[in-house]
Amino acid sequence: MNIWKYSSPQYFYPLAKKMATIFFVFAAVFTVWGLYIGFFVAPTDFQQGESYRIIFIHVPAAWMSMLIYLIMSFWAAIGLIMNTRLSSMMAHALAPTGALMTFVALWTGAFWGRPTWGAWWVWDARLTSELILLFLYIGYMALRASIEDPRRADRASAILALVGVVNVPIIYFSVQWWNTLHQGASVSLTKSPSMATSMLTGMLVMALAFWMYSIAVSLIRVRRIIRDREANAAWLAESSGAQ
Amino acid sequence: MKPRHKRLILVVVALALLGLGATFVLKAFRSNLVFFYTPTEVFAGQVPQGQAFRIGGMVLEDSLQRNEDGVTVRFAVTDTIEDVPVQFTGILPDLFQEGKGVVAQGRINMEGMFVADQVLAKHDENYMPPEAAEALERAMKIKMETE
Repeated sequence: MNIWKYSSPQYFYPLAKKMATIFFVFAAVFTVWGLYIGFFVAPTDFQQGESYRIIFIHVPAAWMSMLIYLIMSFWAAIGLIMNTRLSSMMAHALAPTGALMTFVALWTGAFWGRPTWGAWWVWDARLTSELILLFLYIGYMALRASIEDPRRADRASAILALVGVVNVPIIYFSVQWWNTLHQGASVSLTKSPSMATSMLTGMLVMALAFWMYSIAVSLIRVRRIIRDREANAAWLAESSGAQ
Repeated sequence: MKPRHKRLILVVVALALLGLGATFVLKAFRSNLVFFYTPTEVFAGQVPQGQAFRIGGMVLEDSLQRNEDGVTVRFAVTDTIEDVPVQFTGILPDLFQEGKGVVAQGRINMEGMFVADQVLAKHDENYMPPEAAEALERAMKIKMETE
């Protein structure tokens, strides 16, 4: 089997539909499981009481916001270098989900910050760089929308996406590099997590749910983008006639 | 060399230069990106003079006093090396506690007292159930008594 044929919109289009269905099912299962742990299994925190339960949404959303940006820039770069249409469409499809995740992270963070810190918003390095990430996503989408020719839009937005990549390590390491009000990472690759096991399990299951959801939605969106951009292609007329 | 190899090299070089540039900018802005200063930095005179700034650290144990008016509190912020006395009039956040992290915004008056107009609780990265926290505290006490 030649897997490279799926880099062509024609073959990826039907595959994306099958994959999206599977990932939606996984997303639903992990969400129910994760929220069950989050609300009923995980204990109350010794300091914050119940308000800490926002982490089951906040942390996965914040992780996804950074990860989606990296993946989006990766596809944008591949599109720029290899001149492959589907890569740029993939980058395009990821942007709204990334923006949504960034918004959710900022919003839930504000809801948690008010009772915990005593402020909805502070201009510390972590919060500010995450806000810049939201602007990068919005800027990326705005730039795309402002250029009529899709191939030119691909190239221009790819450069914007790549310039913005420097912001991702800044967000991630901001709590280590500077004094911030935002606490350091409870979970990282280099040290053992500083939280109770059931809390951690709930958070990781929710993170999986967010992954599955992001993949599924992006696949649906990439199908719509393929339909838009390949509207004149013969294969699309055939396949939509068949369905 | 194929055009796509050229583009690959171009993208990699541009990203490397961008990363390098960002590193220099961040180094130059290092002090501006600091959300708060530690008490040691306050005593070393590394804080902005004549304007409001934030100090951060732990609320010193047994330092919290409430004035007779009921809304003015005094406490000391410590980084275990130096302590800064702080005065604040207003409502403290729920997580404000002795021995826990705090960030206060304000300025130092003539008597060397930091007069805060905002106090924020700084949370740490530890999440655990109350029983675990108690167990940890007991263990710490035993450890301290044996030393």
